[in-house]
Amino acid sequence: MTEETVLMKGNEAIAHAAIRYGCDGFFGYPITPQSEILETLTLLKPWETTGMVVLQAESEVASINMVYGGAGSGKMVMTSSSSPGVSLMQEGISYMAGAELPGLIVNVMRGGPGLGTIQPSQADYFQAVKGGGNGDYHLITLAPASVQEMADFTGLAFELAFKYRNPAILLSDGVIGQMMEKVTLPAARPRRTEAEIIAQCPWATTGRVGRKRNVITSLELRPEEMEANNLRLQAKYRQIEAEEVRYEEIGVDDAEYLFVAFGSCARIAQKSMEMAREQGVKVGLFRPITLYPFPTERLRALAPRMKGMLSVELNAGQMLEDVRLAVGERCPVEWFGRLGGIVPDPEEVVGALKEKLM
Amino acid sequence: MNREEIIERGEIVYRKPTLMNDQHMHYCPGCSHGVVHKLVVEVIEEMGLAEKSIGVCPVGCAVFLYNYLDIDVQEAAHGRAPAVATAIKRLWPDRLVFTYQGDGDLACIGTAETIHALNRGESITVIFINNAIYGMTGGQMAPTTLEGMKTSTCPYGRTPELHGFPLHITEIAATLQGTAYVTRQSVHTVAAIRKAKKAIRHAFENSMQGKGSNLVEIVSTCSSGWKMSPVKANQWMEEHMFAYYPLGDLKDVDQSVFHADK
Repeated sequence: MTEETVLMKGNEAIAHAAIRYGCDGFFGYPITPQSEILETLTLLKPWETTGMVVLQAESEVASINMVYGGAGSGKMVMTSSSSPGVSLMQEGISYMAGAELPGLIVNVMRGGPGLGTIQPSQADYFQAVKGGGNGDYHLITLAPASVQEMADFTGLAFELAFKYRNPAILLSDGVIGQMMEKVTLPAARPRRTEAEIIAQCPWATTGRVGRKRNVITSLELRPEEMEANNLRLQAKYRQIEAEEVRYEEIGVDDAEYLFVAFGSCARIAQKSMEMAREQGVKVGLFRPITLYPFPTERLRALAPRMKGMLSVELNAGQMLEDVRLAVGERCPVEWFGRLGGIVPDPEEVVGALKEKLM
Repeated sequence: MNREEIIERGEIVYRKPTLMNDQHMHYCPGCSHGVVHKLVVEVIEEMGLAEKSIGVCPVGCAVFLYNYLDIDVQEAAHGRAPAVATAIKRLWPDRLVFTYQGDGDLACIGTAETIHALNRGESITVIFINNAIYGMTGGQMAPTTLEGMKTSTCPYGRTPELHGFPLHITEIAATLQGTAYVTRQSVHTVAAIRKAKKAIRHAFENSMQGKGSNLVEIVSTCSSGWKMSPVKANQWMEEHMFAYYPLGDLKDVDQSVFHADK
């Protein structure tokens, strides 16, 4: 498969990208608004071409534990779900973080709490960024804002997950998952051979050949050892925070105000920014691409020359806390968002800016 | 020939399996786990699969299985071992993949994963230690706890009115189309140990040949949890456990035709 530019949904792009990036296995359970990922994979039948395993599991709990098993054996594996399903996966995600396993979780977010709604939301920010399971851990969290980024970040997430032996999450939402856009899919690269996996992942349970046995576990009953394990994880997180921050800035150079928004909300905020500028208000857009690690330093550096920042989110103000932690008293920070599956109009965002910060 | 003469001639009639690590076991005196661990690695050794085996251990007493067996092991979340094993086996089809689970892990919190992995006909073996109690946490009621049996969470005895009935999950497994070999064994006598080993070997051979999924239940003692001496625990098991969980093969078929469709 060569590079190809096509029109498709964000969910479909993830499925195509996974195959093309040489993913070894997908394990998932149907839930709206992300079922197209599993549907597309089963339609494409990659087990007949690349040898990729695709399996519909009995639950999200089973899905994430299949990812745990696959990742523990060095394979490039993933799952996808939407908010309530990702809640069910938290135990397995925590185990993956504890056992330091690479793997990809896709969350095409919908409104909550509980069964909530099937309409788009960004209300799982805390769960993804702060760690939704037990224990001190972080997920590398990427927030795609286009169908193109759904494809690109599938590859990037795997790359980072293996680089740091840490689970990564693609924190998308129902807007990006369901909308159709032009997307350039990468040329297919072959799946790693078993010999390549064994060489790349000397820690994995691939069979004890020419080495001591490997054990994948998050258990350590001796507190001194468990503290040492935690300190090793924390050191890894500090390295990720130092080296993997990604963000996009639009119209920031001459801006007096800043919209801070991620994912689908950044698309709306970009339109709002253009409308505000037409009205003579110099607004820029700051879009965190990595939500963990959060672009704290860059926001802090921008803050002194801003009259204010508006965190625009499809939730009740979750990223707002990280923006305020970054900015402190350097400039006013306010929030605007809609809840429960409502996506705001660009006009509403401009109105909120004027009302709250001007 | 007496013992000295055998030693003199250098004839080894028994030795510790080379795949058992020299690690002091945490299991209580009289516990069945140690025997079953030994049988598992003996079979792996005899089948020449030491370098191709990937075990998945549970949450429960056998969580530390990875300390004792000199093969690659993944420690799964409580009840999820069959899901973990499913992925490993599908991604590494020529490996021997087995889970080793207790009754709480397999028949309670992990019932869904157990039934679905077995029903998909995954080419794995599930080793199921049924001692009718939660050993690791200190002797609480398990799904397989017998009627009338006292535990720390049914201190007046299990009653169906309050607690429901003991779960015959192995009988359920035998009804699933994906299972090839479903058997119930024990390790309380030398003869029983030999039979249990044969059963494990048959299950592992099925797993390697893609004949379907395999469940080997070992009705076991938990002398600490049952608050009995090891000898008394064996007697109690014969008198009470075997009546509820009769030993023998429940199913032995070749499901490879079904399995080849995958």
